[in-house]
Amino acid sequence: MLRASLRQVSAALKEGRVAPTELCQRCLALIKSTKFLNAYITVAEETAMKQAEESEERYKRGQPLGILDGIPIAVKDNFNTVGIETTCASNMLKGYISPYNATVVQKLLDQGAVLLGKTNLDEFAMGSGSTDGVFGPVRNPWSYSKQYKEKSGPKSHPEDEESNWVITGGSSGGSAAAVAAFTCFAALGSDTGGSTRNPAAHCGVVGLKPTYGLISRHGLIPLVNSMDVPGILTRCVDDAAVLLGSLAGHDPKDSTTIQDDFMPFELLNLADVSKLSIGIPKEYHAPGLSSEILALWSKAADLFKNAGAKVVEVSLPHTPYSIVCYHVLCTAEVASNMARFDGLEYGHRSDMKDSTESLYAATRREGFNDVVRGRILSGNYFLLKQNYEKYFVKAQKVRRLIANDFVKVFRSGVDILLTPTTLRDAAPYTEFIQEDNRTRSAQDDILTQAANMAGLPAISVPTALSERGLPVGLQFIGRSFQEKQLLTVAKWFEKQVQFPLIQLEEVKRHDSDVFQHQKSASFS
Amino acid sequence: MAALVAVAARGCGGLWRRARQRGAGQSGPGPGPFPRGQRGVACNARGGAVPAGKSGLAPWVPVVGLEIHAQISSNSKLFSGSQVQFAAPPNSLVSFFDASLPGTLPVLNRRCVEAAVMTGLALNCSINKKSLFDRKHYFYADLPAGYQITQQRVPIAVNGSLSYSLCIDSKMSQMVTKTVRIKQIQLEQDSGKSLHDDTRSQTLVDLNRAGVGLMEVVMEPDMCCGEEAAAAVRELQLILQTLGSSQAVMAEGQLRVDANVSVHHPGEPYGVRTEVKNINSIRFLAKAIDYEIQRQIEELENGGTILNETRAFDSKLGCTVPMRDKEGKQDYRFMPEPNLPPLILYDAKSLPANMNHQQVINIDWIHERLPDLPSVKRKKLVEQYGILPEHSFTLLNEEGLAEFFESVVKQTQMKPKKVIGWILKDLLSYLKQHSLTVKESPVSSFVLADLLNLLEKKEISSTAAKQVLAELWKGEGKTPLEIVKEQKLELLQDQKELEQICQAVIDGHKNEVMAIKAGNPKVLNKLIGLVQKKTQGRSNPVLVKQLLEKKLSG
Repeated sequence: MLRASLRQVSAALKEGRVAPTELCQRCLALIKSTKFLNAYITVAEETAMKQAEESEERYKRGQPLGILDGIPIAVKDNFNTVGIETTCASNMLKGYISPYNATVVQKLLDQGAVLLGKTNLDEFAMGSGSTDGVFGPVRNPWSYSKQYKEKSGPKSHPEDEESNWVITGGSSGGSAAAVAAFTCFAALGSDTGGSTRNPAAHCGVVGLKPTYGLISRHGLIPLVNSMDVPGILTRCVDDAAVLLGSLAGHDPKDSTTIQDDFMPFELLNLADVSKLSIGIPKEYHAPGLSSEILALWSKAADLFKNAGAKVVEVSLPHTPYSIVCYHVLCTAEVASNMARFDGLEYGHRSDMKDSTESLYAATRREGFNDVVRGRILSGNYFLLKQNYEKYFVKAQKVRRLIANDFVKVFRSGVDILLTPTTLRDAAPYTEFIQEDNRTRSAQDDILTQAANMAGLPAISVPTALSERGLPVGLQFIGRSFQEKQLLTVAKWFEKQVQFPLIQLEEVKRHDSDVFQHQKSASFS
Repeated sequence: MAALVAVAARGCGGLWRRARQRGAGQSGPGPGPFPRGQRGVACNARGGAVPAGKSGLAPWVPVVGLEIHAQISSNSKLFSGSQVQFAAPPNSLVSFFDASLPGTLPVLNRRCVEAAVMTGLALNCSINKKSLFDRKHYFYADLPAGYQITQQRVPIAVNGSLSYSLCIDSKMSQMVTKTVRIKQIQLEQDSGKSLHDDTRSQTLVDLNRAGVGLMEVVMEPDMCCGEEAAAAVRELQLILQTLGSSQAVMAEGQLRVDANVSVHHPGEPYGVRTEVKNINSIRFLAKAIDYEIQRQIEELENGGTILNETRAFDSKLGCTVPMRDKEGKQDYRFMPEPNLPPLILYDAKSLPANMNHQQVINIDWIHERLPDLPSVKRKKLVEQYGILPEHSFTLLNEEGLAEFFESVVKQTQMKPKKVIGWILKDLLSYLKQHSLTVKESPVSSFVLADLLNLLEKKEISSTAAKQVLAELWKGEGKTPLEIVKEQKLELLQDQKELEQICQAVIDGHKNEVMAIKAGNPKVLNKLIGLVQKKTQGRSNPVLVKQLLEKKLSG
């Protein structure tokens, strides 16, 4: 049951094959037995059960609120939630309870979803590993899968297993791990430079970054306002479409959302791809791209070609400048957004009381980790009067060029771009932390953040397992607000590749009545 | 405030000279023991009575520019739904956004945009069809987000002008009109208020004001003295109040004026300027600027330099003092506000047909509905009623007074030129004496018109009319006619009786009669007065004069 898709379990709820409370209990039990993953910062057991009971009442009355009623979900801990701590994995907000719900959270609750808890992340979503939060790193469920254990060689000592676990990617690693380990049926992440797609690829789940402005950011604690979007993590593309339909549309509390109403859609099974034009941007053949992923990428292109689609190489010439440009814009907004954390109105407040200035300084030194402080410093540097033109304005111009690259390619007739999501499969934690956060982010965001610069929708679809038995995802980038087309193509691809199900001992114990094991064939 | 714009009127010719030698021992910045009445000194300077300073240099040209923050009159704040209200309990009007809770976003208040457009149009500005919002960063306890949202790069209105008039003689009868250029009007958020408790060394923060909409009106440095600045601000205040875009009450902080002041010699570049803050009335604005001009001149003539600094006006001492700078020189690290799309305004031509009217602001629509501005109202009053221009200023300076005047004129046969005297001399001075507004006047325009009609129909004398008015102030609800009857104030209609009284006065004042006959007609007035006294003001002075003259010449 737990391994079912959201749509499947929703059908089961509707038919009475499972009750919301039972489903919730099972998820909570699985969260407990997979605690070592560190996917959740807060598990809201009590409120979740209460919500499940309310849902059950509705089902009993025959009046469920819709497809999400009774569905256990998880939310990244940078979305505000009433009654549940919102920490951003930072000392600054430890213990902070918001008086309001983020619009996306409110929408989920209004549709009957059961909020299991808040998932782990890099502090204030600054990172690409989910390793840099005050609550410790998130472990990738695939580290404990039969597939990885078999491929990564015989284990003589249990310590090896302890040192061999791989990261989830980030910064929405907690949400990705929660969905991958079957502890919930969908999770919200956030995506500023790839923070939803990157961990989705590493954890073998679907990660959707919608068009900027399609989903409200109200209540999402910002990283970079002009690039942030709430992200969706699910087991399959169809489920992502369900979540998108329940979250998208104008929000009077977020002036950057679209004015028009959003029409939820159901995805068709694409029978014919011959009218499609798939673009392969050559610049995404980036330095450091593993040969394994390169091979999968061309295999995927061939898949489309063989099915009759037009596959063309295209150029997005300003891609190489994207990451440095992103660095400037991101840190500048971070410097600005983080200014509010001064210890006066909320959050951590230092005991240092010599003066207001020293209170500020001590509060911020104690409240933020090195990564956050480093970005604040460089951002403020870029915004100084003497530097503003040289860095910020220039970066904005480059951003425009990058966005124009996409416009030109799409105008040339390309419908969807196909790229890798990550350069390689997930790194072992011990290896990952050898490099500093800034270097890692620069490497890991390289294939994903251009879509944020341009505000375009993009989705990472789990494609195959690597030689080490770890998931690899490929990314589709679509036209602005053309989510339906993007997801339709992604769904077709998903069906072709038949990504294998993760085999986890813990899940087997908790989920005896397994759904029919459909996904057995493997793409690679 | 005096009836006309900013007290003792005086045009500054633009050139000032050093007015007073400073003691040799005094130099350096800081408030000198400056005598009150430095404005008077400046007046002398204008007349050229005081020689240029000991350095013998050319006279000084003061330059004054203003930055004015007007709080927008609206129900809710600029970017949040919190109410706007003066003197509410601390922190009772604070939304999540105002307290900058993480994840909250600004939502622009349409009313504030309309107020800024109205103000821009009234100040002859071009309205930018596309304007942008920026963040201005600094750390301060009453600025919860660590930045203020303002319009630094592209403000909503630019390149306007404001014409204002001021008297150039002490009788307030000769007026000149001047114009100051408006550089821009920008929308921005107000900050909260910090209350420092020095004894317990703590600071309390009230966020009620945080996020209230402000229009910052930036005036070019086209003024040269306190009077001009005061007159310009007074005119702006009237315009804002006429539009209703701001209540513009300085005492309540709805209108805050900072003055940039510098001095230089003619033909030389502008001097280093100081910014004078903490000015909470128009009278103090004039004082503060004139003090600062004088201080700078003295400083320079003593070989000192002017620092580019912020100074506060101390209204008790009547001088400016350097403000303790918060954190030295600030770099505000401006950045575009990413949570607000560009503010797009339309005119009739650019208005898209399929747009929801609730979602767009049409500049032309607002333009057509602008009320008459003070300058137009004054012109109309002068043309329509034949009153003096300076009287039109006084009428508009008091809220509701022009309307009161017009209402009286409508209801009486008395000529407007005569009515104005009753309005300005009697009504206004009574109201001032008792600190009442026009609205609070115990005598309505209807009652005053009633009274003036009795006078006009010669049923009472003007002396009697004043007596009746004195009775009417008591607000006992009696009509003028009732009072006239009660106190027997009607004019003596019986000619014989009046003739007898006149004769009695002539008989009793031989000396005066001699004087008149000897060719001193002025003494006649005394006799008229005596008749008036005897009749308790009930005689018609014109008639009395005729009767007396007839009897004396006979």
